[in-house]
Amino acid sequence: MIDPRWQQALGAAALFAVNPSRLGGVVVRAAPGPVRDAWLEALTKLLGPGTPIRRIPPQVPDSRLLGGLDLTATLHAGRPVAERGLLAEADGGVVIVPMAERMGAGTAGRLAAVLDAGEVRVEREGIASCWPARIAVIALDEGLETEDRPPIVLMDRLALWIDLEGISPRHLDPGPWDVSAVAEARAAQASFEAQAFDADASDAIEALCRVADAIGVDSPRPVIAAVRAARVAAALEGRSEVAEDDVALAARLILGPRATRIPPPAESPQSSESSEPQEASQSSEPTEPPESSASAESFEAASPPSPSDPGQPDLSDPDQAPDSIDDGKPLAEVVLEAVRSALPPGLLAQATDPRKTRSGASAQQRSGRVGAVRTDPRRGRPNGTVRGDPRRGPRLDLVATLRAAVPWQRMRRRDGSPTRVEVRTDDFRVVRRVQRATTTTIFVVDASGSAALNRLAEAKGAVELLLAECYVRRDRVALVAFHGQNAELVLPPTRSLVRARRSLAGLPGGGGTPLAAGLDVGGAVADTVRRQGDSPLLVVLTDGRANIGRDRQPGRPRAEADALLAAQHWRAEGYAALLVDTSPRSHPAAQALALAMGARFLPLPYADSSVLSSAVKASVSGSLGAGRHRHGHTHADVHPQVRV
Amino acid sequence: MSLVFPFTAIVGQDEMKRALLLCAVDPRIGGVLVLGDRGTGKSTAVRALAALLPPMSAVVGCPYGCDPKTSNPCEQCRAQRAAGNTPLKSAKVPVPVVDLPLGATEDRVVGALDLERALTKGEKAFEPGLLGRANRGFLYIDEVNLLEDHLVDVLLDVAASGENVVEREGISVRHPARFVLIGSGNPEEGELRPQLLDRFGLSVEVRTPTELKSRVEVVRRRDAFERDPAGFVEQWRKTDAKVRRQIDAGRNQLESVQVPDSALEQGARLCIALGTDGLRGELTLLRTARALAAFEGASQVTDSHLQRIAVSALRHRLRRNPLDESGSDIRVERAMSEVFA
Repeated sequence: MIDPRWQQALGAAALFAVNPSRLGGVVVRAAPGPVRDAWLEALTKLLGPGTPIRRIPPQVPDSRLLGGLDLTATLHAGRPVAERGLLAEADGGVVIVPMAERMGAGTAGRLAAVLDAGEVRVEREGIASCWPARIAVIALDEGLETEDRPPIVLMDRLALWIDLEGISPRHLDPGPWDVSAVAEARAAQASFEAQAFDADASDAIEALCRVADAIGVDSPRPVIAAVRAARVAAALEGRSEVAEDDVALAARLILGPRATRIPPPAESPQSSESSEPQEASQSSEPTEPPESSASAESFEAASPPSPSDPGQPDLSDPDQAPDSIDDGKPLAEVVLEAVRSALPPGLLAQATDPRKTRSGASAQQRSGRVGAVRTDPRRGRPNGTVRGDPRRGPRLDLVATLRAAVPWQRMRRRDGSPTRVEVRTDDFRVVRRVQRATTTTIFVVDASGSAALNRLAEAKGAVELLLAECYVRRDRVALVAFHGQNAELVLPPTRSLVRARRSLAGLPGGGGTPLAAGLDVGGAVADTVRRQGDSPLLVVLTDGRANIGRDRQPGRPRAEADALLAAQHWRAEGYAALLVDTSPRSHPAAQALALAMGARFLPLPYADSSVLSSAVKASVSGSLGAGRHRHGHTHADVHPQVRV
Repeated sequence: MSLVFPFTAIVGQDEMKRALLLCAVDPRIGGVLVLGDRGTGKSTAVRALAALLPPMSAVVGCPYGCDPKTSNPCEQCRAQRAAGNTPLKSAKVPVPVVDLPLGATEDRVVGALDLERALTKGEKAFEPGLLGRANRGFLYIDEVNLLEDHLVDVLLDVAASGENVVEREGISVRHPARFVLIGSGNPEEGELRPQLLDRFGLSVEVRTPTELKSRVEVVRRRDAFERDPAGFVEQWRKTDAKVRRQIDAGRNQLESVQVPDSALEQGARLCIALGTDGLRGELTLLRTARALAAFEGASQVTDSHLQRIAVSALRHRLRRNPLDESGSDIRVERAMSEVFA
């Protein structure tokens, strides 16, 4: 039997093929394999012969991506000859990006600029050109982890997100659409547009905006794309007007996968439950006639048919609360119902995990993956060449230097030099290198009271374990301890095991709990670390029960309020954090603190420095965007705790 | 030529629109940094601004579009003047709004030897780059955080000095390069270097509209524009023209706007309360307030002008305070409520 998800992916391909550049592109989440190949093959067929398709190798140089000076042709012709890059070559067609989750921000930015402008503007190597490039991008997302995704600049511009993960390769039915259906739809849309025939879609627009609002899609781009998609879907059906089904389909394919929150419950919950099987039974009817009616059939939203009422929706009601969204808004209701079945699995877990909410996501990005790349002339992996002076440290790239020198030879010879190739300082090209920023783990340890003493020992143990590995990863560790009335930086960020051991050995404990002071000092250290170009990760070991405020006076309510403020500051700054609850019985105060600082929460009632150390390691890799979820062991007990 | 989305048709984003317009009134404000969410019309606004600006008069044939009346012309215009060809022939041209595409190489940004002439004739000739083309106009960098560091350094240097100096291959060229730098970016995609931040006169933050009504309007106008660009532009032509006249009037009036001592004092007090470094903050504050007064046709700067632009002029100049958890906007607002109490 045919997987409805496969059917839906084919539908997306058909929709996309009608007008690729208008929908921007498709993000295909799937491991490389037969299913993905089959989908790409189906898409290629639908696009029709003659559509340019280019694959972009990862780490493609600008000269190939954007274009530049064609040196061979230039020398041959004796005048500058520009060479189009891959993007310009793909004009009117599709660019395929494998391993899109590994794409750098630079490439993503270039693709985004070209997608927006529909042309490639090149200002490189003496060439100033502008080539048309009405392209669409197929981003092949092979990320293993939920957070391992292509750059959001690009994802935002690619309307369709499909997930082929888990579809069986055994029943890959070619689907009801063929290239002639797509071509017809293309022609139909062009003629509707020429006649200004496709009527105003206000109701569709309003419904789509309402749905985007309900499921937490913030960027207006997907909504605009969904309006376009609804028009394309109508054309695919041979209609000039956008119908309810088209809007539902567009919302399901474009808005659904982007949902960041669960929409308010519908009035008839059973309809959403019944939606999937019904849909499956419909699409599995092989006798269905092809082309014209097929798309409606296979996508038919299974929600109860409600009267489409185009005159009704009124904008004059801005106070519409999300939960009353259904009142007299049949279209929005129908569409929302259709989207509900397409919500990404695991959304509930995401929505309740504070680290994955909006601010959490941005904090994570800031903490490592994207922002923290350093360029050092001598370290890191090579990343292109720039004009520069090899005497200042970087290595000379001989080939690039000669390339740069060659076009000027004729002019230089005129200056009276011999016939050998003449290389001047201006030609020097040096290798540019980039380096991933390292992580500095800052332990903020509650050293108050006698019971905390063994926790302190545990933290010391974890610090030492981490340090032993830090040498390999070139990460650093710091330790802030708070007790009595003060917090102090016991161990400034270091990579040195010897130094760490020495300062840890003499660490005292006991006294009150100046939690706010501890968090303030930890935050200040994190700020310094970030300024140095490192990514800070804060690990707090406490029971969350502060009793000394920022004013150094005892008093629990005041102290706890101060601690919460300090925690919110961390969140505002976007520091990646892990809060380890050290109390024997978990206390809500620690959880509240974790929520306030946007930290992961880990109850650890027994002293165990190896568990602590592995949890921290998990957070380090998590905060760098590489697989927090692989380390499921500690997470199993984390998530239920956070859902409060 | 493809039509661009009209400036006045952009829904909301008043702070961004105001900052761009004020820089058009007084280019000395020092540029705008637009930071914010995806899909908020950052690039759209800059492209729309290009279509909105009143044309300027420029010397015909001058590669840098020199003003025929300028006291600081380029070498070519200076030679012309010295030859007694005054007044120089001039024409009305659109204000340049130059895009700096990602992946641009340094030679095309600052200018370099003309490759064509070097190859075909073996001659040394200077070919101006993007900085030369942007003279008297705007230079726009989308995703400014992705720009390579060495280019950023060049840009900042030239933007501050107003002059581009090229020494290359035995030729030595200096030419005027006064432009308003507009950068846009998304802080989620990479932090900006702090030195870069306070080089911009104004900094505005754009957010996606949260209110359903304006979100619907955003999508509706975009859709209308896509379906019938010419008709849509025509529909907004009048409101665009009105703003254009306002910019023109503001420019003419700029020099006559009075800045009373009280305004100077308030500005200084605000900067002291916020602990901003250096005088740049104060200068920008007053220039922007004066541009706003001129734009609105007022004869002198009042507290209201200062108050409306203070956040844009100061929010990127604050030092991080580890003990203050509130965002910079709130801190500026708070300081204002104290100073203007």
